[in-house]
Amino acid sequence: MALDIIYGERVNAGVDADGTSGGLWLGGDDLKRVSGWEFKPQGFCKDDVCVPVPPAHESEFVANGRYNLAALANLLGQPVVTDAEFNAWCFGEAAAERKRMLTSLDAPDFSLPDLDGRMHSLSDYRGKKVFVVSWASW
Amino acid sequence: MPIAIAFDSGGNAATEPWIKAAKPSYPCLIDRCHLVAELYDMVNVPTAVWIDERGKIVRPSEPAGVTDAFRKMNRTNFSIPTDAMAELQAKRKAYLDAIRDWVANGPASRFALSEPEVLRRMHTPDDAQVRAAANFRLGEFLFERGQAEAAKKYFEEAKRLRPESWNYKRQAWALEDPMKPGGPEFWAAVDSLGERKYYPGPEDI
Repeated sequence: MALDIIYGERVNAGVDADGTSGGLWLGGDDLKRVSGWEFKPQGFCKDDVCVPVPPAHESEFVANGRYNLAALANLLGQPVVTDAEFNAWCFGEAAAERKRMLTSLDAPDFSLPDLDGRMHSLSDYRGKKVFVVSWASW
Repeated sequence: MPIAIAFDSGGNAATEPWIKAAKPSYPCLIDRCHLVAELYDMVNVPTAVWIDERGKIVRPSEPAGVTDAFRKMNRTNFSIPTDAMAELQAKRKAYLDAIRDWVANGPASRFALSEPEVLRRMHTPDDAQVRAAANFRLGEFLFERGQAEAAKKYFEEAKRLRPESWNYKRQAWALEDPMKPGGPEFWAAVDSLGERKYYPGPEDI
């Protein structure tokens, strides 16, 4: 079934995944494309981090060449919100990860468009003092 | 370098008139999903964070040069008492002066906080608050795809999980009706704060 998966900042539209049989099961390529995680002998890995799968529960994470992204999210403490009617899944960031990022005092990078659609990243301005201020039309 | 971030799911349509009127000389970015609010744990506007040349946070998210003056507004004729207006203007000036002091003096500025002080002031989200963010994100996603009714329950859940977020409340109201963020629900929510501030802190400016 084609599902829309929001993972962090990215929207992945029409991903071939099974969200009907307990969890959200994806093939290995889609798992990596959507989440950045891939399954290796030592567990789920992303960059230089690997998270071992509890051996007694491996079938909840890996089965028939597919991987359960919802179970992985649960293991990582990520919030998962789903809408069955519109086949949409949203994976947020774990509180512990937000805390780790913020308390490092390294300003989290972001990329956003201006009115003309031109993208600007915070990191473009490294070397300058930056005053980030929010506002809204409402 | 100032970077203005519009937390606005209405995108360009909602923000363009304001940005055009301001004629900014600095980047004004459109954040439909409130991603920066999530990254920096911001719950209201205007909220600022100061970042030094190395990319380090030297002041965590804080209300930027504002007071609760609007709470003293006459809700019939929208006038604000002179003393409350004067206090607001003084706060705004003090905040701008603090930024200028930091620009001139860098880490020697008393407004560039030490790491322990940044950490003391910094709020980091808990499990309910990151769940609120995920609900808001899904609501915004559905709204953008024309499913305003389906989006509502996720906005409601975000508001329930993080009641202190004025961003969630007012954005969700604005998507229902542009007048709603300043309407009776808003004032009821403000009144329910009681002695608590709508714009708490910062304590040193």
